[in-house]
Amino acid sequence: MAEETNTQAGSTETAAPATEQQPQHQQRPGGGPRGPRPAGRPGGGGGREGGRKFFRRKKVCKFCTEKIDSINYKDVRLLGQFVAESGKIVPRRLTGVCTPHQRRLSDAIKQARNIALLPFAGGR
Amino acid sequence: MQRTYEVMFIVRPDQSEEDIDKLISNLESNVTTAGGTVKSFEKMGKRRLAYIVRKFMDGFYILLTLEGSGELVKEIERRLRVTEQVIKFISVRTDVEDKRLAKVKKLRDSKVKGQGRQAEAAAAAAAQAATEAGAEPSPAAV
Repeated sequence: MAEETNTQAGSTETAAPATEQQPQHQQRPGGGPRGPRPAGRPGGGGGREGGRKFFRRKKVCKFCTEKIDSINYKDVRLLGQFVAESGKIVPRRLTGVCTPHQRRLSDAIKQARNIALLPFAGGR
Repeated sequence: MQRTYEVMFIVRPDQSEEDIDKLISNLESNVTTAGGTVKSFEKMGKRRLAYIVRKFMDGFYILLTLEGSGELVKEIERRLRVTEQVIKFISVRTDVEDKRLAKVKKLRDSKVKGQGRQAEAAAAAAAQAATEAGAEPSPAAV
């Protein structure tokens, strides 16, 4: 069933440049979901130079690969790796943490902040 | 119902060891009279605080693990709030998390001890088929 849909999509894609012989103009709106996204990356990088270099690496979730089960508010060293110098929690698109682990991590960081193991705001 | 809680609190750094021990023994007696059990208490030592709490830069951290009902913890928190020596506290419920960790550990141990790939495939099939039951139906599936 998957093969059928693939061949159908392939046939429509091959048909489109045959019918209209301007493949470069056609592919951008034609590849709708694909179009804006690669345009978004250089768009984001051109707008903010610092943002571009983080998109290159394909980071994996540290907790999934190392099989760390318990994210406790007590282990400050582990939590401190996901906290910026200003004390802010680093977003998961920069660290590559998966969603359930990021949720648990942010809960643990907030608990640690309440018990003065981590600062709410420090430095800049 | 007996739930497991962790209460971490910070005592003023200018207290002597005996005062701290007195405070801990008072808390322990409160717990036992109210019907709970103290599993452990751990003095984590003097640490530098991440921010100034009541004009103190350091504090003496103590971790108390206890089993009891929610009202017991409420009572303990009330006492900690009243005690002048305690400057901060937090109580966390841990039995749900411990159960989850034990389940994950069991699943992982069964994978290691079992037939390797077969056990992994069975565990994956069981995880897909039955959401909550975990590792138990894997022999049945095989």
